[in-house]
Amino acid sequence: MEVLLFGIAKDIVGSAQMDLSELKHPPSSVGELKGFLCGSFPEFGKLTSLAVAVNSEYAQDAVALKTGDEIAIIPPVSGG
Amino acid sequence: MEKPIIEIVDMIDTSQVYGELSHASSGGICVFVGSVREFTNNEEVVSLEFETYAKMAIKEMEKIAMEASNKWALHKIVVRHAVGVKNVQEPVVVVGASSAHRDDCFEACRFLIDTLKQKVPIWKKEVFKNKSVWVSAHP
Repeated sequence: MEVLLFGIAKDIVGSAQMDLSELKHPPSSVGELKGFLCGSFPEFGKLTSLAVAVNSEYAQDAVALKTGDEIAIIPPVSGG
Repeated sequence: MEKPIIEIVDMIDTSQVYGELSHASSGGICVFVGSVREFTNNEEVVSLEFETYAKMAIKEMEKIAMEASNKWALHKIVVRHAVGVKNVQEPVVVVGASSAHRDDCFEACRFLIDTLKQKVPIWKKEVFKNKSVWVSAHP
């Protein structure tokens, strides 16, 4: 399970992507993924907001994560 | 309405947009250009660095253009954002719309930039002399 990281999320983890398939219990939903991130990297908990995109669409916490999904961490956006 | 022009580019040429929005039935064209400001909270900005999740950014920009075309009577829409390192005074974003009368394109233009800033996955890092900060990351 590959997760793409952008902006400050990339700085927090220290990498542009992260492989979660080797975890004993890979997160099965967006909410679990957020919980994993905030637990492993407390800096995530300090952000203004934290969103997740599944297959390049914003996804609510209840959305299930499936093998082959393109998952991305979306820290607070600041375009313009 | 014609198919909106939606792009992520390395560099913005602001002279392009008039031709892109010009339309025989339009009596008005409204354009917003965002550019790099020299000072943030009295601190001198060296440059801005933009990065994006391009695939998703294009999708979100298309949704915003579609929403605008449903709300207002528009002929053409441009939503274009630059990525990479941008220096003071350089353009970083251009949005605009054309319509028969000015109210529609004025309101649509404001909506395009305001919604882009809220939803499109683009991130801006302000680079100062001694530090750099991801904008809006922290409360």
